Amino acid sequence: MDRHIKAPLTDEDARSLRSGDYVYITGTIYTARDAAHLRMYEALDRHEPLPVGMAHNIIYYMGPSPAREGRPIGSAGPTTASRMDKYAPRLLDLGLKGMIGKGKRSDAVKEAIVRNKAVYFAAVGGAGALLSRSITESEVVAYDDLGTEAIRRLEVVDFPVIVVIDAEGNDLYESAVRDFSC
Amino acid sequence: MKTINVTEITKNIREMCIEANHYLTPDMDCALKKAMTAEKSPLGKQILSQLQDNLQIAGDDMIPICQDTGMAVVFMEIGQDVHFEGGNLEDAVNEGVRQGYTDGFLRKSVVKDPLIRENTKDNTPAVIHYEMTAGDSVKITVAPKGFGSENMSRVFMLKPADGIEGVKNAVLTAVKDAGPNACPPMVVGVGIGGTFEKCALLAKKALTRPVNEHSDIPYVKEMEEELLEKINRTGIGPGGLGGTTTALAVNINTYPTHIAGLPVAINICCHVNRHAVRTI
Repeated sequence: MDRHIKAPLTDEDARSLRSGDYVYITGTIYTARDAAHLRMYEALDRHEPLPVGMAHNIIYYMGPSPAREGRPIGSAGPTTASRMDKYAPRLLDLGLKGMIGKGKRSDAVKEAIVRNKAVYFAAVGGAGALLSRSITESEVVAYDDLGTEAIRRLEVVDFPVIVVIDAEGNDLYESAVRDFSC
Repeated sequence: MKTINVTEITKNIREMCIEANHYLTPDMDCALKKAMTAEKSPLGKQILSQLQDNLQIAGDDMIPICQDTGMAVVFMEIGQDVHFEGGNLEDAVNEGVRQGYTDGFLRKSVVKDPLIRENTKDNTPAVIHYEMTAGDSVKITVAPKGFGSENMSRVFMLKPADGIEGVKNAVLTAVKDAGPNACPPMVVGVGIGGTFEKCALLAKKALTRPVNEHSDIPYVKEMEEELLEKINRTGIGPGGLGGTTTALAVNINTYPTHIAGLPVAINICCHVNRHAVRTI
């Protein structure tokens, strides 16, 4: 089913999305990948506030290529989500509602998704030029020294993703592969 | 004897880094187009069609095909009658990578130390493989390698008794474990034989062979065809979201090995199987 949703994500939207839905996201999302996750994790260990609030937000696992002049961003496709599995449950427990990446998630992440009624979306890996067209603004909001791994606020319009793991724990990577294996 | 100034190497590598990150080779283009017709899953077809749009935009607007513009792997096949002048060859290669990644708005994805992890900010150093060949020319292959798929690559030190079935199982295991993480449809490079490091290099080099060409060795060609068919029956599909196009090709290279061993390496590449080749 095709859905158009707004980001930040409401509880109702997060709960109603189903594994396999094709979703267009419009609104504000944030990027973070390996190095930014490590820093956020360490900040939490020190009982310091995160540079970006997690409640209702969507994190896009992505580190862009540099923008050419006059463009908001360079190539901007998803990176492999499993590298963030160590950090994701803690952020989900702090209210994170959505993650965009590619590839399988751990059981601990799936459990945290179900526990917090959140969603894991996949964007098409290796389609960074196409996906960059749905990003209208990009601004570094934290960890500037990390370069491509800094946390960015992105404004997106009809950003195309597919629901892989829904709030009930259904996983499209498992169900769809079963449908086509022979 | 031919004399080549190393600035010539720098200039070519700079251009090749930019070229490889914005345009696929014709064989890859063709394989991706064919896959769109063959794919049975509607969602799979839609993803393959997005990959076509992505390639179009990348070339038209000069946006890298993928944001992971890779670690630059450079194969230098150097004729033994070539003499280099004007500086150190390795520095010249790295300077080409530095200029290509900076001037070409490519992502800098290399950290100086694997554990301290500070970005070098110019994507150097490259991983350079030198090979001496006959003649007086230099063949350069620049293959930027993304790590989504690199991370899913494997080396298996099999026993001779494992035989051809053991090799096939190793390849299928690596592909199934990679699944959606490696951005399918993938290209699977396989190295069989040699030593621990030699089979890995064979697998890497296999990825630079056109996807529409098979091994010259009849039984290896058969194995390439059989493995491709089996991989495409796993159901993984485009993006790992189900379908009949999981790989575009299986390229296998072999080398003599020791009486006690059967090393097998599987180097997985995503659908952005990039390389640029030039001969000077």
